Amino acid sequence: MTETGAHRAIDAVWRIESARLIAGLARIVRDVGLAEDLAQDALVAALERWPESGVPDNPGAWLMATAKHRAIDLLRRGKMLERKHEELGHELAARQESPEPDLDAAIDDPIGDDLLRLIFTACHPVLPTEARVALTLRLLGGLTTEEIARAFIVPEPTVAQRIVRAKRTLAEARIPFEVPRGAALAERLSSVLQVIYLVFNEGYSATAGDDWVRPALCEDALRLGRILAELAPHEPEVQGLVALMEIQASRLRARIGPSGEPVLLLEQDRARWDQLLIHRGLAALERAEELGGAFGTYALQAAIAACHARARTGEETDWAHIVTLYDALAQLTPSPIVQLNRGVAISRAFGPAAGLEVVDALTAEPSLKGYHLLPSVRGDLLEKLGRFDEARAELERAASLTRNERERALLLERAAACARASAS
Amino acid sequence: MRFMIIVKATKDSEAGVMPEGLEWDKVFAAMATYHEELQKAGVLLDASGLQPSAKGWRIKYSGTKRTVIDGPFTEAKELIAGYTLIQVKSREEAMEWARRFPNPALQDGEIEVRQLFELEDFPPSEAIERFRKMGVGTEK
Repeated sequence: MTETGAHRAIDAVWRIESARLIAGLARIVRDVGLAEDLAQDALVAALERWPESGVPDNPGAWLMATAKHRAIDLLRRGKMLERKHEELGHELAARQESPEPDLDAAIDDPIGDDLLRLIFTACHPVLPTEARVALTLRLLGGLTTEEIARAFIVPEPTVAQRIVRAKRTLAEARIPFEVPRGAALAERLSSVLQVIYLVFNEGYSATAGDDWVRPALCEDALRLGRILAELAPHEPEVQGLVALMEIQASRLRARIGPSGEPVLLLEQDRARWDQLLIHRGLAALERAEELGGAFGTYALQAAIAACHARARTGEETDWAHIVTLYDALAQLTPSPIVQLNRGVAISRAFGPAAGLEVVDALTAEPSLKGYHLLPSVRGDLLEKLGRFDEARAELERAASLTRNERERALLLERAAACARASAS
Repeated sequence: MRFMIIVKATKDSEAGVMPEGLEWDKVFAAMATYHEELQKAGVLLDASGLQPSAKGWRIKYSGTKRTVIDGPFTEAKELIAGYTLIQVKSREEAMEWARRFPNPALQDGEIEVRQLFELEDFPPSEAIERFRKMGVGTEK
């Protein structure tokens, strides 16, 4: 095996093993930052050894054993930070045995629980959202700082700093490495789901940059969601989120035109939708509903996406049903964005005038000020009603507000079409 | 990117009866554990076993002429007995997962791994555009 070949093989092992490795170590040292350092050290050791010796049969166990030795070395040489030393000492003392068998015993605990703890810690509300995102992709997704920076189009040092600060915050706030229980669980779970969906959405409709979609980011989010669904199989909202992401991802290819421009849902070529992902999404939605979660926020959104997925043509879409789902969603999470989407659904079910009524009520909404989709939707409805001058103004406004180049071009094109229609 | 792990048929898989016995239980258990691992890692898209070739058929072409030939077919090694479809980040990751695939047979088993085409791999042509429209081979 060539050296680069070996390095790429090790990268692949890292992608598969790193989350479990860090999670197992974090439970022992009670510090995700230190756990990641130990795991990284083990990776460095692998990069030194494996090109010579070949990848071992059980690379995960090799990495864990190496990291454990390193932890014990640090402990024995007393080179760990005093606090870490105390914590680790405490952990070991509590088990009343010599360090090595203790650590072994600790690692034999179910890995799944450690991974769950790691997810909850990385998405802890004590961290700012962007730090939760970076830390989750890094610790759970196995992405490098560089990959995260590229995905979110921010400088690499910015991401590195976010991660360093996040680890420090977790340590200083002494966030316990645990799965929250009772009332705290729902709130903390919603933070986890929010982080995963945020990653997905950044891939699904990029808020910045030249590309309209970044499928790799969607795949990362889906992978995280699928992992979480395995770890917490009885949480209906987890299934709901997975359903939503699978169904939306099924449309990824159809959302981009030949020259990279966005193609809107109703104009998409449905033959290009990925039936395997739709099937997976509908199955996840069914599980969410069986778990009694039909009216969760993600399950409702997934149900809306499912309505589109089931319609063989745009004309077959059950808009009346979509309106009822948006009604439920609007009651559950009264947000102007949901109202905006509800307005669109109403316009499809009951005509543009009915939709415009709902959308017009949102123009004074402060939180939508600067949100390009509001003038974009209004422009669309006004255009349908033949009010071309107003439509053009709205579409131009939407174009000036979006940060996505592809979308801006599309909006300006439509505005120009309105201007022509008005002149004729 | 997506890869298909193809399990080659054996005399046993072609026999058409679920093999029984302690040894086979171990094979099935290893297979179940492996797929659970794929599922837990969020990379499993689909997997299935195929019924023996005795229940299938082939169509042979000679120009515009076609002939249907009923199974079973010989040369078990050229037949497939199942597949596992995974979605991974790199070719190396697919390789690492494949390396962990348990022996699907008691003795001499074989798997084959193939990457799914993305139509972007082809130069543009009218026929490819029509496949694109059908959604054939469109990967994310």
